[in-house]
Amino acid sequence: MTDITAQEPRQYTPGEHPDLPPPSTAIGVIAWMREHLFSSWFNTILTVLILYFVYDVVSGVFQWAVLDATFTGSSAKDCTGGGACWPFVTNRFGQFMYGFYPEELRWRVNLGYAIAVIAMIPLFIERVRRKGWILAFLLVVYPFIAFYLFYGGSFFGLLPKGSGLEIVETARWGGLMVTLVIAVTGIVASFPLGILLALGRRSKLPAIKTFCIVFIELWRGVPLISVLFMASVMLPLFLPPGITFDKLLRALIGVSLFSSAYMAEVVRGGLQAIPKGQTEAAQALGLSYWKTMRLVILPQALKLVIPGIVSTFIGLFKDTTLVLIIGLFDLLGIVQVGLTDANWLGESVPVTGYVFAAFSFWIFCFSMSRYSMHLERKLHTGHKR
Amino acid sequence: MNEDLSDRKIDRSKMKISDEVAIQIEHMHKWYGEFHVLKDINLTVHKGERIVVCGPSGSGKSTMIRCINRLEEHQQGRIIVNGIELTDDIKKIDEIRREVGMCFQHFNLFPHLTVLENCTLAPIWVRKMPKKDAEEIAMKYLERVKIPEQADKYPGQLSGGQQQRVAIARSLCMNPKIMLFDEPTSALDPEMIKEVLDVMITLAEEGMTMICVTHEMGFARKVANRVIFMDGGEIIEENDPENFFTNPQSDRTKLFLSQILDH
Repeated sequence: MTDITAQEPRQYTPGEHPDLPPPSTAIGVIAWMREHLFSSWFNTILTVLILYFVYDVVSGVFQWAVLDATFTGSSAKDCTGGGACWPFVTNRFGQFMYGFYPEELRWRVNLGYAIAVIAMIPLFIERVRRKGWILAFLLVVYPFIAFYLFYGGSFFGLLPKGSGLEIVETARWGGLMVTLVIAVTGIVASFPLGILLALGRRSKLPAIKTFCIVFIELWRGVPLISVLFMASVMLPLFLPPGITFDKLLRALIGVSLFSSAYMAEVVRGGLQAIPKGQTEAAQALGLSYWKTMRLVILPQALKLVIPGIVSTFIGLFKDTTLVLIIGLFDLLGIVQVGLTDANWLGESVPVTGYVFAAFSFWIFCFSMSRYSMHLERKLHTGHKR
Repeated sequence: MNEDLSDRKIDRSKMKISDEVAIQIEHMHKWYGEFHVLKDINLTVHKGERIVVCGPSGSGKSTMIRCINRLEEHQQGRIIVNGIELTDDIKKIDEIRREVGMCFQHFNLFPHLTVLENCTLAPIWVRKMPKKDAEEIAMKYLERVKIPEQADKYPGQLSGGQQQRVAIARSLCMNPKIMLFDEPTSALDPEMIKEVLDVMITLAEEGMTMICVTHEMGFARKVANRVIFMDGGEIIEENDPENFFTNPQSDRTKLFLSQILDH
């Protein structure tokens, strides 16, 4: 290779200077590594140390999860390798997914999931039109379908008594199913509620503004655990005797209202970032307040706070584990229940169970995070103004 | 001043001022808290008039024209636009806003919508026009402001001058009877000012009723039939452009003109 610096740079007359390729030291894998990993002796040491650390962790995990692990067996006694005790997960997988939902009826839950997934697929395909209708189906019609499939019964009294699907009390729901029901309901309910609260907090009408501020600050001021306690222990005290509320329903309402307060503040942050001129331009065109918000302000504000919104959703998803304290068994709860089984008392069992629970949560949360990044890129429309 | 403007011949055949009153402002006052921004404004604008409002910054000229479509609220006096008096009645405000277009100093295009969508938004949602018709009209006006080829771009991809022309087209799509311009060229580079003023001149030639807050005295001289000078929240002087520039009456006007014309 010739030394570039030694060469006399070619002269071009102004206006005829062609676009030259960048020097080979500025592009390619080697250049990237040189710039990012080995730019100085200090960085080189760091790179080596981190590589060693990564190797150490990865090989350790691999050793535990695969090499030393037990894959078949029927109780903790079979797990002798010192690694993960996967039979604990495989044997109880049904319970982890559905809780105490009767085994022969679990197809109903699966069908419910399948409808949601199939309806959602077109939403991710760019060319599909009329996504609004699909979304409307998912948000308005689907909850009833899902409720009927999961719970069964006479479909709100519409079907004659005795017909319809067998009732499965919510107390028997559990595992990932409860996690998903709470998280999805919470997400779907808190998003519009949060937007309304955020708009209300910026309202010029004192009554609405005060209500929204009080609501937000009240719910943000208490921990979710106490909200759940209130919902399950205190609320029945205030209700007239004889009226009972489903425990899961109470948790759903509590979680939804709780996260809508957080959502409201996230959305408000976005609203504040939109210049006043946008509202003025929309108003000058004759758009009403609601149309201005819906068509001009919110699309921009929500786009700005996608990371915050998704953070709130992820937080909510993980917070569902707290329903354990009011006697509902979410994914983590049901794993813990499994650990008390005399059959599965072993050193490696709890670790395996918790790793499984953590990994399941991670998959959902990470998917949400990736989707939010995808959305951000998709909605990017060049520089503002 | 924009010297380039002088090479354009202005077609005055359609610039007719009718007796019909478009905007009437009577004894209008406005305060920001304790601060008296607009003091006893009286102004009658006839259909087809082209009025330029000038004055030092903070003189209340923007505030005055923003009162006309109720972006600012006046506290005393009356404003009647197209025969409708501006009150707290939201329906009347919306009615007036449909007939009054406005262009802003910072364009205020909607960055999340394409140029075409910016133009069709109000016709579709306010006038309830079918999307196809709205797009047709939008393209017509985008051609008028000479940027039909940018219809599918986002505002962020356009230059300032192009953005302001889109903003004008967006207003025109609502087919307004009156256009308000709030310093439309103040945020633009000199080379882009001309393209925007050109569009405004064309509008004037077509007989649009216009009120422009601007410092473009060349534009005022060529296009306006009346120039209003404001200072300290009052209308100090009102004259036809010829007399306004050559024979200003008040000392404050003279001072202002000497300051901006000296460059």
